[in-house]
Amino acid sequence: MRRFLSGSFILVLTAGILLPFLPLLIWAFSRQWLFPDLLPETWGLRAWNYVFGVAGPQVTSALVTSVSVSSLAALFSVALALPAARVLTFSGRKRGLFLQFLFVLPILTPPLSVSMGLHLWFLKLGLTGSLPGVLLVHLTLCVPYAVFVLSGVFSNYNPLIEAQARSLGASKWFVFSRVTLPLILPGIIVAALFAFLLSWSQYLNTLIIGGSKVMTLPVLLFSLLRSGDRPVAAAVSLVIVLPAFAALLISARTLGRRAWIGGW
Amino acid sequence: MKRFAETSSDLVRSNLAWRGRTLLLLLPSLLIVVGLFGGGLILGLMQAAGYFPGSGAESFTLEHFKNVFIHPDFFSSLLLTFYVSATSTLLAVVFSLISALLVMSMLRRFNWLHLVMQIPLVVPHLLIATAILFLLSPTGFLSRLAHALQLIESPAGFPVLIHDPWLLGVILVYVWKEIPFLTLMLLSVLLNLDTRLLQVGKTLKANRWQRFRFIIFPSIFPSLSAGTLIVFAYSFGAFEVPYLLGQTYPMTLPVWAYRQYSDIDLMSRPEGIAAGLVIALVILLFVFIAYALVKKSASGRLPI
Repeated sequence: MRRFLSGSFILVLTAGILLPFLPLLIWAFSRQWLFPDLLPETWGLRAWNYVFGVAGPQVTSALVTSVSVSSLAALFSVALALPAARVLTFSGRKRGLFLQFLFVLPILTPPLSVSMGLHLWFLKLGLTGSLPGVLLVHLTLCVPYAVFVLSGVFSNYNPLIEAQARSLGASKWFVFSRVTLPLILPGIIVAALFAFLLSWSQYLNTLIIGGSKVMTLPVLLFSLLRSGDRPVAAAVSLVIVLPAFAALLISARTLGRRAWIGGW
Repeated sequence: MKRFAETSSDLVRSNLAWRGRTLLLLLPSLLIVVGLFGGGLILGLMQAAGYFPGSGAESFTLEHFKNVFIHPDFFSSLLLTFYVSATSTLLAVVFSLISALLVMSMLRRFNWLHLVMQIPLVVPHLLIATAILFLLSPTGFLSRLAHALQLIESPAGFPVLIHDPWLLGVILVYVWKEIPFLTLMLLSVLLNLDTRLLQVGKTLKANRWQRFRFIIFPSIFPSLSAGTLIVFAYSFGAFEVPYLLGQTYPMTLPVWAYRQYSDIDLMSRPEGIAAGLVIALVILLFVFIAYALVKKSASGRLPI
């Protein structure tokens, strides 16, 4: 009985998670799908021809913008968060608590409160409507998240192993590249993926700082939804969700059975 | 694990250069957090206080904040936002507890389940909102399904789940994302739980509820409260989902704040910023209350 209950619960859970993607998939490959029909009257690649044909330049440039912003956000987040995470994990209790609080704040504060304030300043610096401006505003969110993922990694890491390598005559660089880095690499990969996805899914931040000049995929999807062309919106949605699934598979391979949030 | 950290910190602290080195290591990320994040809030505060250096308006005023508070829509928006985040958070907590406890023993046999449950973690809110729109709108997939099963005659017969006064579509999106998030968080604790404790409980004739209340609950409580806070704070300050799936009136607070901010009338921009800061303030208030409660419960009895 208990086994049957858990089994059917797992079925419901899986179906509930996967069901929302079904209409998205059907819409993206439909030509005509009027109301009462459960499945499209005619299937076709019209949406994809439009996405990579007529609207090709727009979609491709949005894809390039999104990939550039998010990759840079991932790169900078890890580079900036790595030293901080180390200090955060190995500093004394009181100081650690204050720093933790400082890094939690941006995670809990809605991004719109920050970007609305930053806009005027960025305008004066000429950063609005530019890629660096959007990147900077994404970093206010991505860096703190990366700090948390990486501190989870360092809390399972014994720094005395470095002292051991040093005492055996290894140089500082050798210790970093052959001892520290291999041990924390899975965590770095997950932190980078996390920061990438976080930046990848930003909308309002990008809109406030980037205006109509920095057209990322989420900004494009919003304007497509407003125009009401469902097949095209569904196709762009699939383009957006694909890297998320890829990141999931990479992290599953990197971490094995451990979950992303296992480190928290 | 803590032992490593503490011995090493003693080791590092004995170094005279500790302070300088630490500061240097922290500096890059602090520049982002203090400079850009803190700077954004402070600059927002200055603008909301009517202080624009170099533009003639160089005195402080509380007028914009006052305008936000006395605005006829503010209070209903605040209530609506609180209703949406509280409902979705509560549903997510209850269902994630149930699913974590049910799934726990099954996880080893169903390897793929772990991967499936991580899907909602990586899918952007904007995207799942779009998917739910296609699923639940009056001409959406479920409505077609209901028609095929001859449950409804026309789209009008399908219950209004999108742009509805109870924001059911919005709540569904949050719950879809948050149940797996909290479940995985709970599982990471539960799977590391010392099962001998449960056996001791059984030996001492503790029933199922007592074992949950006195063994499982205290060990998951820290993660659960942290997760709940993250989930609540996010849904309180999120823009995309209620913007896409919510009704036009009343709006949730973030949508209202952005509407004010992006109004053609530039005079309402400081009010939008002020509303944004009020949202941040409400969230911070909740964080402090929750922190105080958790701290109290850690030193004495649990609040349940």
